[in-house]
Amino acid sequence: MHMADALISPAVGGVMWAATAGLVAYCCKKMRDGFEGFRVPLMGVLGAFIFAAQMINFTIPATGSSGHLGGGMILAILLGPYAAFLTIASVLTVQALFFADGGLLALGCNIFNLGFAPCFIVYPFIYKKIVGENPTQGRILAGAMIGAIVGLQLGAFGVVLETVFSGISELPFSTFVVLMQPIHLAIGIVEGLVTSALVLFIWKARPEILEMAAGAPATAGLSLRKVLVVLVALAVVTGGALSWFASAYPDGLEWSMAKTSGKEELEAPADGVHASLAALQEKTAFLPDYGFKSAEQAEPAEAAGAGTEPAKEEAPAWPAVDAGTSVSGLLGGTLTLLLAFGVGFLLKARHKSA
Amino acid sequence: MDIERTLFEIGALDQMALQDTPLHRLDPRTKLITAMGFILTVVSFGRYELAALLPLTLYPVALAAMGDLPAGYLLRKLLIASPFALFVGMFNPLLDRTPLLFIGSVAVSGGWISFLSILTRFCLTVSAALILVGSTGFSPVCMALGRLGMPRIFAAQLLFLYRYIFVLTEEGLRMVRARNLRSFGNKGTGVRIYGHMLGQLLLRTMDRAQRIHQAMLCRGFDGEVRLVRHCRFTSTDVAFIAGWFVYFGLARAFNLPQILGGVVTRIMA
Repeated sequence: MHMADALISPAVGGVMWAATAGLVAYCCKKMRDGFEGFRVPLMGVLGAFIFAAQMINFTIPATGSSGHLGGGMILAILLGPYAAFLTIASVLTVQALFFADGGLLALGCNIFNLGFAPCFIVYPFIYKKIVGENPTQGRILAGAMIGAIVGLQLGAFGVVLETVFSGISELPFSTFVVLMQPIHLAIGIVEGLVTSALVLFIWKARPEILEMAAGAPATAGLSLRKVLVVLVALAVVTGGALSWFASAYPDGLEWSMAKTSGKEELEAPADGVHASLAALQEKTAFLPDYGFKSAEQAEPAEAAGAGTEPAKEEAPAWPAVDAGTSVSGLLGGTLTLLLAFGVGFLLKARHKSA
Repeated sequence: MDIERTLFEIGALDQMALQDTPLHRLDPRTKLITAMGFILTVVSFGRYELAALLPLTLYPVALAAMGDLPAGYLLRKLLIASPFALFVGMFNPLLDRTPLLFIGSVAVSGGWISFLSILTRFCLTVSAALILVGSTGFSPVCMALGRLGMPRIFAAQLLFLYRYIFVLTEEGLRMVRARNLRSFGNKGTGVRIYGHMLGQLLLRTMDRAQRIHQAMLCRGFDGEVRLVRHCRFTSTDVAFIAGWFVYFGLARAFNLPQILGGVVTRIMA
């Protein structure tokens, strides 16, 4: 469920980067103020533990598939919210850099999706409330299970919102939600199972570790109001940034259409290669009544249709990408790629001979 | 994923960073800033832009060549990382069927264009990130981030994490091997044993953390990791950043392939 750079817009990526950077700075400040520098080695090694644990699988009964630990919830339980958020952020940074999971711009989104909910919503307001001062086996099981499910549902919902706001994918909000949430319900149940197994093991073997984490001063002073304020602020900023971008670039589609139609006159001379190609295309067209064969044909249709049916006004705008532009675009694109790789080979050759 | 392979892959990328090429000699900050500029440029294109994105392939290609990074390795990493972008992107051709382009008589829908655009963005952004690490190394990237304002605790956290990934993954590898030797088919690979195994690994991890912390305190650790590394901005760095940013700007402002294609068709005519 890592977001990818390819699917987000600069506005969404930028806002989420800012939010995440702010949270990281806030957590670092909290750690410094709380004299929790002693947790630094523990955080580092636990982050590495999450890495190692993710590579160990177990078989899920009756399905034949296997599952593994995600890690957000267990880190929050062992380290408290601030240190856990930093640890999750560091794990995701390494994954982005070495495994190309997500990307550098999407890193903000990923850290927020996978870190914010477990550390600042689920752990303080669900897990701690359920487990309470005197943990029992049932409470730990319930807390870890519900916590993991809620955390992953919120994270998956974050992915959906970021994707839909970015507008690169065509997936409508409702379809994407219906796709993502059930998948992450299943993942959440597995995560809850693993987390509770792990917490119960620690609780039986070395209960003092959990007590130490629960008593961490970091959890004090974190109120529901603060968390809500952060979320509302984020929503406002996102909305502001998006509307600003929306006015600057009407929409990816409109914008690209405006661009291509603006260049029509410039790059569509009536003769030349593309004209003959267009003629060839007209001859070979196996969808003759498709109505988009060339700009010349579409324009009269627009002129005719405009007076009678206002609804058609938008449709004829499509063929603005006429055959001529397409041909020169394809040709130019191929040439550009060849040039880019040619430069690469030259550099490599020069490098080898040097 | 295979544990041995994963460890090897991380190591391989860091090994590449140890080379000595013009690209490797640049300041880490230079490469980080340029990579971020590149990624921002790529994602700022509209979703139906495909041809206009292509000039940007020059950046990863030129850098990989300059830094002598193996193309096969980078391509394999791209493939491994692609599922999510593929999964979300493949709905575009299904949902958006408005014809937008003609190749001969075949109408190409907007969905396919935007899908190809997503894949191109994916290849460009991911290869930029891989090249950044492959030409710089992890600790210098962290240091560069630190110099650019990342909090020190977080920089220390990244360095710690990276150091212990190898140690703990090898420990996990031994445990998995031991479990595999003792289990037949799916017996013994269920969640019960798994929970105990992870628990053991976690306890060992925490004990290790305590030993590390004590050893560090003995050596005067005060919460900050100091890196001994020269790091200076030269005129080459300035030229590198300026050159690429001008190129990104040109590629963003003008549809270079379209112009090139127009010129070529006119010459051929």
